[in-house]
Amino acid sequence: MIPELGHFSLILALAVALVQGTLPLLGAARGDDRLMALGRSAALTQAFLVLLAFGALTQAYVTSDFSVANVVANSHSAKPLLYKISGVWGNHEGSMLLWALILALFGAAVALFGANLPDTLRSRVLAIQALIGVGFLAFLLFTSNPFERVFPAPADGNGLNPLLQDPGLAFHPPLLYLGYVGFSVTYAFAIAALLEGRVDAAWARWVRPWALAAWCFLTLGIALGSWWAYYILGWGGFWFWDPVENASLMPWLAGTALLHSAIVVEKRDALKSWTVLLAILAFSLSLLGTFLVRSGVLTSVHAFAQDPARGLFILAFLLAVTGGGLALYAWRAPQLQGGGLFQPVSREGALILNNLLLCTLAATVLLGTLYPLFLDLLTGNKVSVGPPFFNATFVPICAPLFAALCVGPFLGWKRAELGPALLRLRVAFLVSVVAAVVALTVIDSRKTLAALAFGFGVWLVVGSLMSLADRIRTGTLRTIPRATLGMVVAHAALGIVVLGSVATSSWNVELMQVMKPGDRISFAGYDVRLDRVEELQGPNYIAERATLSVGVGGKPYTILQPERRLFTVQRRQISETAIQTNLLRDFYATLGEGDARQGWVIRLYLNPLAPWIWLGAALCALGGFISLSDRRLRIGAPSRRPLAQPAE
Amino acid sequence: MTPKRRRLWLLLGSLGVLGVAAALVLTALNDNLVFFYSPTQVEQKLAEKHLGPDRRFRLGGLVETGSVQKDGQTVRFTVTDTVKTVKVVYRGLLPDLFREGQGVIAEGSLGPDGVFVAREVLAKHDENYMPPEVAKAIKDAGQWKERK
Repeated sequence: MIPELGHFSLILALAVALVQGTLPLLGAARGDDRLMALGRSAALTQAFLVLLAFGALTQAYVTSDFSVANVVANSHSAKPLLYKISGVWGNHEGSMLLWALILALFGAAVALFGANLPDTLRSRVLAIQALIGVGFLAFLLFTSNPFERVFPAPADGNGLNPLLQDPGLAFHPPLLYLGYVGFSVTYAFAIAALLEGRVDAAWARWVRPWALAAWCFLTLGIALGSWWAYYILGWGGFWFWDPVENASLMPWLAGTALLHSAIVVEKRDALKSWTVLLAILAFSLSLLGTFLVRSGVLTSVHAFAQDPARGLFILAFLLAVTGGGLALYAWRAPQLQGGGLFQPVSREGALILNNLLLCTLAATVLLGTLYPLFLDLLTGNKVSVGPPFFNATFVPICAPLFAALCVGPFLGWKRAELGPALLRLRVAFLVSVVAAVVALTVIDSRKTLAALAFGFGVWLVVGSLMSLADRIRTGTLRTIPRATLGMVVAHAALGIVVLGSVATSSWNVELMQVMKPGDRISFAGYDVRLDRVEELQGPNYIAERATLSVGVGGKPYTILQPERRLFTVQRRQISETAIQTNLLRDFYATLGEGDARQGWVIRLYLNPLAPWIWLGAALCALGGFISLSDRRLRIGAPSRRPLAQPAE
Repeated sequence: MTPKRRRLWLLLGSLGVLGVAAALVLTALNDNLVFFYSPTQVEQKLAEKHLGPDRRFRLGGLVETGSVQKDGQTVRFTVTDTVKTVKVVYRGLLPDLFREGQGVIAEGSLGPDGVFVAREVLAKHDENYMPPEVAKAIKDAGQWKERK
């Protein structure tokens, strides 16, 4: 009964979305207040209905209702409650429902918090949101209905993919989707602005919080996914340039560019049409990511859907959103008049450089990700574009970006001198050169590039903090605007991420050894002993657990217990790594296959500064949230300047 | 500075950055493209002299049943597309889903003795999952059976 209720409310939500996607648009064009007012209530109703559907599916999962096909395929009664809940979005249908839910919630949020928006703009934004919603709800109902029943109901389900039964991954999809879908709001704002024919400082101020929020969630989502890969895959790496990782990185890069160019629109009334274009591209890349991941064209853990109809639907939808957006852009963007003039050396110039480099990075990733697809289509050759490609293209383009990143905030708007800005950064420059030299001489004299990259990381951290130095000297640190503080935190945090990734990937130590209980080895100055390997019983798995005692200088230091789990329902084995961290390095151990007679394969890693990668990413998102809390974005409803000429 | 000159500046700057990026991308693609071959294709490419001993590529197919031999950390197995086979040697931890009779993708290069030295054996994340490249290789060999 409850699954039918969910199915029914999903159908109703589609109907409401159709109304919300058309009538307010009409109202905005005609200046009809009643039709425009419909947008708000429809957005709230739609969110409520999708929430109801999502609740119904969650209920089916929690109570293990095996008459629902989706639950049978992805859940099991012996699964812990957390994974019953996360199982809701651990599959194709459920994850699309989660997407639709977040989309509807963002729509409702615009309806609730958009009281200071002009009526026409708000109703257009809500209508565009609803049209995107129509696409996703139709996709759910016609190709991937999560509420489909099976008869007769089986006694138990197939269980969730064990790799996904992990706290890190339970929250990875919701965070990632909050990011992806958040860019739907900026997309809707961009389309609405094109329909209205005006983009001004007020528009940028309304858009920026949404872009910022989406960006923060996307940052967290990507970081969580990378952290998960680090500790579950057991290879000691944190980023594999897997197409699916790239799919989330592209909208992140475009979104980061959008955040920065929106500042120029807000402060200087320039870069308008570029910002609108970025908003369209950021969401298009989010959809492209969804298409790549969900359609099964790529080989990946996320590719649940192997059904060509689904891939075709998403592709058609992607074309409609991107193509429609770009066509409207081509038609209307020339009307957007650029405002303030500026010199190449200025804050605006620096932000343009930032945009140029970020977009080049996104294009590089896009090319590397899609190249195998195109080559396969054109020639039938199967190729893979792996980390070497990205290391050779992505990393060099990062260098000028990082170099300029610290200088930009010291440049004034409109026109500036490079000399004084560089002079204020001399301490940061000296510190980073010293850091690079120390890295080269003390850590590893063969890895020049790693030392250089390490220097860049230090430059980012110290250079970003330098803008606080002046405030400390003049005693104005307390009055620093939240937006500025957020920027400093996020920029410095990026440096921390760079330091962590450079150190881990360049200077880690690894050792693989077959060990029997009682064996000892010495590893990077530590003395490691395999005490025992025992069997244990988990809630839905049986495991082999090794106990490694680690000593240093004859004294016991720590105990590591890596496991191999065999999930009984799926007959699948998963390694559970053991990680001991002191925030400066990770001591990382995995247990491979083996038995008492031959011994077990043990793999040990010492990953310097590895925790900084995720710490830095979390700080980066925190910087975004600090900036989001700036009161300028919340109060003081910005007023629009009167238009020079009517829009339509 | 006039708007016109500013635009020129911008254009030149963008072209410069894009040019550098394009150069990087092209060289990187040239050097780092890793082709995927099935055992049948490996034999073809060897016959056509397209495959030197140092050429890195991905080998995909099924792990032949009964072929896996473990000796400490070194594993030897045979990859088959049900028509041709290639012997593989790998030193390292195998992914959790490595099984006889299952699909596998190994990245590495052929040794002088014709044995494929794998530097990486790729983990697949689902037991029912067949890498599309592997499925295609088996289909091309005409041995594909639909399973349900």
